[in-house]
Amino acid sequence: MQMNKDSTPGWADRPEIRQRIRYGLYAACVLLLLAELVVNRHTVMPLENLPAFYPLYGFLSLITVVLLSKGLRRLVGRSEEYYEERYDEGRDDNVA
Amino acid sequence: MLPDFHPFLPFLLAALLAAVTSGWLRSAIMLAAPVIGGLHLLGVEPGTVQQWQIMNLELVVYRVDELSLMFGYLFHLGAFLCVLFALHVKDTMQHVAGMIYAGSALGAVFAGDLLTLFVFWELLGLSSTFLIWAARDERSVSAGMRYLIFQVLSGVLLLAGALWHWYGTGSLVFEEIGLGSAASWLLFLGFGIKCGFPLLHNWITDGYPAATPTGTVFLCAFTTKVAIYAMARGFPGTELLIYIGVFMACYPIFFAVIENDLRRVLAYSMINQLGFMVVGIGVGTALAMNGAVAHAFNDVLFKGLLFMSMGAVLYVTGRYKATDLGGLYRKMPITTVLCVVGALTISAFPLFSAFISKSMIMTALLNEGHWGIWVAMLFASAGVLEHAGIKIPYFAFFGHDAGLDAREPPVNMLLAMGVAAVLCVAIGVFPAMLYNILPYDAPYTPYDTTHVLVQLQLLAFAILAVVYLHRSGRYPAEVPSVNLDAEWLYRRLVPKLYRALVQVVSITSGLVRACFRAGLNFGAGYLSAHHRPAGFLARTWPTGSMVLWVAVLLGVYLLLYFP
Repeated sequence: MQMNKDSTPGWADRPEIRQRIRYGLYAACVLLLLAELVVNRHTVMPLENLPAFYPLYGFLSLITVVLLSKGLRRLVGRSEEYYEERYDEGRDDNVA
Repeated sequence: MLPDFHPFLPFLLAALLAAVTSGWLRSAIMLAAPVIGGLHLLGVEPGTVQQWQIMNLELVVYRVDELSLMFGYLFHLGAFLCVLFALHVKDTMQHVAGMIYAGSALGAVFAGDLLTLFVFWELLGLSSTFLIWAARDERSVSAGMRYLIFQVLSGVLLLAGALWHWYGTGSLVFEEIGLGSAASWLLFLGFGIKCGFPLLHNWITDGYPAATPTGTVFLCAFTTKVAIYAMARGFPGTELLIYIGVFMACYPIFFAVIENDLRRVLAYSMINQLGFMVVGIGVGTALAMNGAVAHAFNDVLFKGLLFMSMGAVLYVTGRYKATDLGGLYRKMPITTVLCVVGALTISAFPLFSAFISKSMIMTALLNEGHWGIWVAMLFASAGVLEHAGIKIPYFAFFGHDAGLDAREPPVNMLLAMGVAAVLCVAIGVFPAMLYNILPYDAPYTPYDTTHVLVQLQLLAFAILAVVYLHRSGRYPAEVPSVNLDAEWLYRRLVPKLYRALVQVVSITSGLVRACFRAGLNFGAGYLSAHHRPAGFLARTWPTGSMVLWVAVLLGVYLLLYFP
């Protein structure tokens, strides 16, 4: 029974459900954009008055975060044993 | 009506009893401490003060006002959840350390003078270290030591600042200090270390992921929140805090994206949330201050919930790395749902608690005209969604199925997570629950159409960006790695410099010694050349040649003095 259950993909792994979730997100995004036309937004700052400021900002922020992080990884990424090597070096020192 | 007692007492008593009891009795005692303490606190009125006269020193060991009272409620609630989450643990050391730790946090927020604050501040650092050491592996021993050094450093700065402040002003009372004197800078730095100021923050990302699955939950609830309290009390409206806070909110986002250890992702995320609070304190208006402390309150619940869910995963599977996890939603459905609630909350979706507290800080920024800061904080808000809102649940519970053997964690863990999740939603839906206990007078309505709409727009399109990156293959895969951070300075650079220094000293001393030895050799050779048995000066001279030389000397003498 357990084996049987494991071999069939769970709901979150089924392509049609993943697609449905994605389409739901697209629909929500479109609705939220349209809502801006209906809702009279009160704003404090001039930037907020730009059409679709928040959606654009959210989208671009996230792209920026992820792409910059990839760059950061190249800069600071090291092997998992990076800090452990200290001990080996110490031993080498002692041997020398 | 309970008689009036210091809030530290029930926890101290429970710690002592927890050391000598076990089983259900110990569980009951430890759960009773925050319950009794919390019920007692509900009856305490702001303005209550207890003073102790020690020699000529007047110490205010217990001072209740609206600010300390709010943190008092928070810490009792946090302690209850932590204790509940750790109830299955058999390790006495963790229980005792946990109770002392939670009690010290209460002692610190009710301390009316800087010396009492220092005592609880140090106790807080020391007791929490044992929650890291309790993991009892090589990593936790060294990480705990580094953690402790930061805690002690913070305490030393606090003590030095307190004594200097006392010398300068003649008062030890802990109230608004402001950055005026050198003493105040020491206090500011002391508080700043525990707030996770940039470059001084690595004790969080180093220590928290090294603690036990339950210990991390304790750690995330108290130390940094005590520091936020101290900052709010001592340095409200200090402009520098705005800039420090905005940096704290932004830079951990990038590290969180590439970090593989999911508990360390949450530690970075914590610094990011602390950044929001620090900015709020820096702005200093009643609305911003309320936002900062309200966010601290909510953070204990939602960050606690996320740490609990990762603790549950670690407890059940023994794994904590994104590369090792995945697909647990089928075996741990309840934990998955609870984790997702935490993720939705920290991302500040409407109807979840962070929405009603973070928005106060953001609104305060706009009201005060800090537009540049606001833009940066909005960026940070979108960043939170990526690492805490999506990455944590996705890599642990969805994504690639790692095929791990797993089941739901013990019922006490589920209960603790459940209560935290319910509170995250309840506070989000009924903000008045939290607003009623906020210390400053600043009416605020979080739910208006504009605000809900723009927040949903921001979040929905940020998720859209993740989907886009994922589907276009640009989303970075998780890789097992260590990412260098400021800790590199003291874990790598300083030891390297030290080794280089040792080498320079040893080479120099070798050279000096070699020169000295060569000198000695030369001297000894010279001496022995002339004084060794067959040497020129050690030779035995015949009497005849002696007489001859005397005659020569006399002859020369005669020649020289013969005018």
